Amino acid sequence: MAGSSEHSVDLSHAMITAPVSAADWLVIAPTLVTILGGTLALMARKNTAAQPKIGMIFLSLLVIVNVGLLMRVLDHGVITMVMGNWLPPFGIAFTADALGASLSLIASIVAWCAGLYGLVTVDGTGRRYGFYPFLLLLLTGVSGAFLTGDIFNLYVWFEVLLISSYGLLVLGNDRAQLDGTVKYGILNLIGTNLFLIATGLLYGNFGTLNMADIAMKVAAMDAGGSVGPLATIAGIYLLAFAMKAAAFPVNFWLPASYHTPNIVVSAVFAGLLTKVGVYALIRIFVLILPGARDYMADVISLIAIATMITGGLGALAQAEVRRLLGYLVIVGIGAMLAGIAVGSTQGIAGSIFYAVHSIIVMTALYMAAGIMKLMGGSYQLRQLGALYGLNPYFGGLFLVLAFAVSGLPPFSGFWPKMMLVEASLVDGRGWLAFAILFSGFLSTLAVGRVWIFAFWRGGAEGTPDGATTVRLAPAPEVTSPALWLPLLLLTGLVIYIGLQPDAMVQLVQRGAEGVIDPSAYVRSVFGEH
Amino acid sequence: MRTIIFRTIAPYLTALMILFSIFVLLRGHNEPGGGFIGGLIAASALAIYGIACGVTSVRRAIRVHPMSLAAFGLLIATLAGLPSLFFKQTFMTTQFITLHAFGTEIDLMTPMLFDLGVYFVVVGAISSIALALEERESD
Repeated sequence: MAGSSEHSVDLSHAMITAPVSAADWLVIAPTLVTILGGTLALMARKNTAAQPKIGMIFLSLLVIVNVGLLMRVLDHGVITMVMGNWLPPFGIAFTADALGASLSLIASIVAWCAGLYGLVTVDGTGRRYGFYPFLLLLLTGVSGAFLTGDIFNLYVWFEVLLISSYGLLVLGNDRAQLDGTVKYGILNLIGTNLFLIATGLLYGNFGTLNMADIAMKVAAMDAGGSVGPLATIAGIYLLAFAMKAAAFPVNFWLPASYHTPNIVVSAVFAGLLTKVGVYALIRIFVLILPGARDYMADVISLIAIATMITGGLGALAQAEVRRLLGYLVIVGIGAMLAGIAVGSTQGIAGSIFYAVHSIIVMTALYMAAGIMKLMGGSYQLRQLGALYGLNPYFGGLFLVLAFAVSGLPPFSGFWPKMMLVEASLVDGRGWLAFAILFSGFLSTLAVGRVWIFAFWRGGAEGTPDGATTVRLAPAPEVTSPALWLPLLLLTGLVIYIGLQPDAMVQLVQRGAEGVIDPSAYVRSVFGEH
Repeated sequence: MRTIIFRTIAPYLTALMILFSIFVLLRGHNEPGGGFIGGLIAASALAIYGIACGVTSVRRAIRVHPMSLAAFGLLIATLAGLPSLFFKQTFMTTQFITLHAFGTEIDLMTPMLFDLGVYFVVVGAISSIALALEERESD
């Protein structure tokens, strides 16, 4: 601008001067696509016919750019883009590694399925109140959280996804939903504030928010033998993300809220939200603060065991399908925490694999529950029955998902559980391995109960064995392909990953190696030094 | 609040405040001001108009739902980051051009577009809350 020509400034000290290839824009593309789609859908909010079109177009675009991003990451290794051309650590970095990119892709596939499923279950009022804008903006937050390389930026993406999730939770506006949203909102506000406090302390100590930069500085500090306040900071982070991830004992908000909204909203939440918390735990405890993770491994291990066992018992105690599924989400969180407690490459790889599996299978189970409600007219196990006679294929499909969520072969839940059990045993944590197996047993009982009550027996509670008392009158929309296509796609993924786990195992191994040894991550941000 | 004095003054006051908000928005690049504070001033202008003349006349005057204004703001703020794609630079890198028009230099840059986006987000979000509250009061 005016005057700048009089004294020369060497911009290369502050700014990136090398040209940036358009392919690097893939790092930012998932957030951009969803923001653009979300704002367009919000502007056309009253046009309920256009809502699903905008939603599905942008969700499809999101899946495409995520596929592109993952392929690019697998070809070229970790890729980074620093906003505004400033040099890191001053510019805000977006860094996609195998972990972030693969979770971002799975999240977008699940969101696409939910968008399609929502065509049937979300009515005109729900569309007018912004189902599709909220869904797209939720995905902005989720993809941003998975791809950002800046810890304060991670906080901002958490806020974005939380605010969208509040909107989705109250969609429909009945008493139970408001009740659930208040509980969910308050606990998440506390968690978010703790996150912010811990980030402030971290910034106060290191003077930087860039994850790669912090990782380097912490490594230098660990090498120097000083611990500093890292244990305190890590403790606050652990509490904050345990709230987000719904780990024991700060998980009461999940069963209190996940059964209240529209079933497709429950499906998305069960799939995505808690896993973002787990992702943040992996990112911060393994990549940035590995010393603090070693120090707290026993605590995390205890939390994991308690989460799995209480989740499993909770699931057994429920007589409402959606609440029961909520507890199964918690069991899965416990299993993912187990991998973080172990901390070996195999443990972290198991956690990531379990997260991918849990995202797919929990969403599919909630979608199946929605179809059960349309067929049998209720979510209460006491009132459900005779669904097998109505549609035996659906019965088989539910059984596949039930096996997968319990970790039985040959479906997707088996492999991550095997990796986790093996990693725990190698690490000498027999009780952790036992808890993983025992919680699998409890989950089997819980979903087996659903299957026997809702599908196998002839009618509602009190029907004698072998008799069929009711003629079900399924709702007419139950034949809609928009309900079945997403469910079939997700179940197909569950079966495929179960039968062909090699590609997935390699991917999660790579993701785990990338966070355990941050050198590639740091190199991607700071270049070759 | 619907006294004759207030109702007569309010439209002029609103127009002045909106003009002032645009002034604050545009000077914000180098001096105190900017999209956020400008948006707040504009939102209070709409709120005053609503108190004086009723919420329906505000809604009629701005033509679109305030929420759509907010969405529009977010859209152009996002678009403001995109031009650098064509110059092989990273997202949100500042681009500027200098126009010569009416015998003077006009500096245009992408942060201004971003600030304009912020302005609309704030106007839209705050006034949709304010109008909803005023509506409840008049029931």
